Amino acid sequence: MANAVDAPKDSFRLSMLIYDTRYRSLTIQVIVLMLFMAGAAWLVDNTVRNLAVLGKDFNFGFLGQRAGYDIAQRLIPYTNADTHARALLVGLLNTLLIAVLGCFAATVIGVIVGVLRLSSNWLVARLMTVYVEMFRNVPLLLWILLVFTAFTEASPLPATFRVNAQTGEAESSMLFGLFAVTNRYTAIPDVLVERGLGSLALGPLSINLTFLAIVAVIAGSLLARRALLRHATAVQEATGLRPKTWWKSLLILILPIAALLWALGVHLSVPAITGFNFTGGVNVSNSFMALWLALSLYTSAFIAEIVRAGILAVSRGQTEAAFALGLRPRRTMSLVILPQALRVIVPPLISQYLNLTKNSSLAIAVGYLDLRGTLGGITLNQTGRELECVLLMMLIYLAISLVISGAMNVYNARIKLKER
Amino acid sequence: MTKTVFFGTLTVAGLAAGLASAATLDDVKARGELNCGVNPGLVGFAAPDASGNWTGFDVSLCRAVAAAVLGDPQKVRFVPTTAETRFTALASGEIDLLARNTTWTFSRDTDLSMDFAGVNYYDGQGFMVRQDLGVTSAKELDGATVCIQTGTTTELNLADYFTANGMTYTPVAIQSNAEGEQQYLAGGCDAYTTDISGLASTRAAFADPENHVILPEVISKEPLGPAVRHGDNQWGDIVRWTLNALVAAEEYGVTAANVEDMAANSPNPEIKRLLGTEGELGAMTGLPNDWAKHAIAAGGNYGEIFSATIGEETPIGLARGLNAQWTQGGLLYAQPFR
Repeated sequence: MANAVDAPKDSFRLSMLIYDTRYRSLTIQVIVLMLFMAGAAWLVDNTVRNLAVLGKDFNFGFLGQRAGYDIAQRLIPYTNADTHARALLVGLLNTLLIAVLGCFAATVIGVIVGVLRLSSNWLVARLMTVYVEMFRNVPLLLWILLVFTAFTEASPLPATFRVNAQTGEAESSMLFGLFAVTNRYTAIPDVLVERGLGSLALGPLSINLTFLAIVAVIAGSLLARRALLRHATAVQEATGLRPKTWWKSLLILILPIAALLWALGVHLSVPAITGFNFTGGVNVSNSFMALWLALSLYTSAFIAEIVRAGILAVSRGQTEAAFALGLRPRRTMSLVILPQALRVIVPPLISQYLNLTKNSSLAIAVGYLDLRGTLGGITLNQTGRELECVLLMMLIYLAISLVISGAMNVYNARIKLKER
Repeated sequence: MTKTVFFGTLTVAGLAAGLASAATLDDVKARGELNCGVNPGLVGFAAPDASGNWTGFDVSLCRAVAAAVLGDPQKVRFVPTTAETRFTALASGEIDLLARNTTWTFSRDTDLSMDFAGVNYYDGQGFMVRQDLGVTSAKELDGATVCIQTGTTTELNLADYFTANGMTYTPVAIQSNAEGEQQYLAGGCDAYTTDISGLASTRAAFADPENHVILPEVISKEPLGPAVRHGDNQWGDIVRWTLNALVAAEEYGVTAANVEDMAANSPNPEIKRLLGTEGELGAMTGLPNDWAKHAIAAGGNYGEIFSATIGEETPIGLARGLNAQWTQGGLLYAQPFR
């Protein structure tokens, strides 16, 4: 390259912004950005002016007003005298509840179905194929409505559990004397604490100390068990013999929590029919059950496919090598296949979790009051603040999704292939 | 991505608001059709019949306004709206007139930027239960499950009523009257609550109406009326005075059958002014002078519409009650045509 000539070092001219390839793409990007911002400014300006014409302003003051409506399922104390902001929080917690339980159930079912679909048992594999294709290819809304209708139509009225004065017996009876499946809800026993630890008030939030104590003890047990297993591994590496740990594990896991529950005086309160409905227990509404079941089954079909893809992505040679080393099939799966498959599984799994969370807004179809039902439904209607409510709702869903995505990305970073 | 969605929403809102600002009368005339927001299916008030023609009490008001403005009661496009979408539909200009069992309240009149053109039905909220439940008063509903349409004033009244009486209930949120009907019949709730006229109308559509009772308590005032957008006073006047014309026509004995005869031969100057044979009342609102004549000819006066759609001879079987003329002890009182 002896005769290569350096580009002439000219001074910068304005025309170079277009004709010089070094600057051209930058110029185009700047122009597009300016156009975009101008368009955005026009839209905002247009909205502001038209809202003014309609005599509407843009403010979130309504959140502090009295909501005035009741919500059937509430995880925190709420009455109709509370504010719209509180109703929003109740709805948000309902959304999060369905999202967390839905993701959990979908993952469990999805992994089982995905693994079974690869089973060498012809019947099991085909059945799982049918399951996946059936749930994946029918719109979610229809599943929700179908499950809800099944619950509503196939189960008895609460009144049928009442003892008839003439015959001396009731038409329907409770399962194990503990549960009652009705066409409105499933009544389950409530867990009551006799000697609670009270709660700690932190501004608008109050933290239930009893709940906190239980969580802390469970977490402590898990940590202790981990230490035990680590110790067992160390012993194994030093001596080649793994000490028996199962009874120690069980003891560590069960004893502390049992002691705590006994100390707190925890007991069950069995629901009983009084008046129109069951009281004394917890009534899990059919809309919640329908939504949870439909969301879990629908999403699990996608997760099953993701799991199957992940397992198939690990080459057959890995299994053969593991077998050649004398590993049993179960340990081959947990030590060799799954760790490698997870690299493929986790990124699309994040998408499914996000989908499930966002799909939970279909709750409105069965009257489950989630965020969409409270903030985007009743609050929006009673206050007439469409723009504010919809923007706030979008913002909250976005925040939830980003949190899920962020958490899963951290997990993904931990399990991905470490290239050194 | 976030920004795109955000501005997308703003665009929709902006476009919607832009549509709403033009003069409604000119729009309706130019279109040759009145867009009327109605209940998607409440027998007696607004429901399409077997051949797809909309009929009902609220529908008749839409037809009367169309007849007054366009001279033809058939030039109406009925837009079914849910309790949730109705105000947005009106504010965005999708409909010119909302005649959908809508309660006139302070905040709707002011904060939601609507104007109510009057009251076409004085109603109140009540409860319907199954006869075999053995309940005779709403005060006995403690602990009951209640079906309630979301986004309505009834939702708030219900909460207030139970709180005031120290009772508890479980709300079942439903989206439409049809869904409420289905839930109630399936036993999804013990009681269904909405305006008593709505309960009567819903019950009339049941296979066994005799097994359901409407409890005697009326827990709220629900003046139902047609609503228009705030700020277009001319259009508001037209709707208000069309309703007044129907009420006044009943008071003066003008019916669909004798309206032509009355216009030509009535010696009463008030009737002459109403029907446009004397004075220039129509021109004052930008309508032809015989606008009220068309409106009355469309479906008759208020009393005729009432008895044909929801009155005691119909399956809905509502008595006139508060909705009788002031001369009969009711609340209907049309302002003078002068």
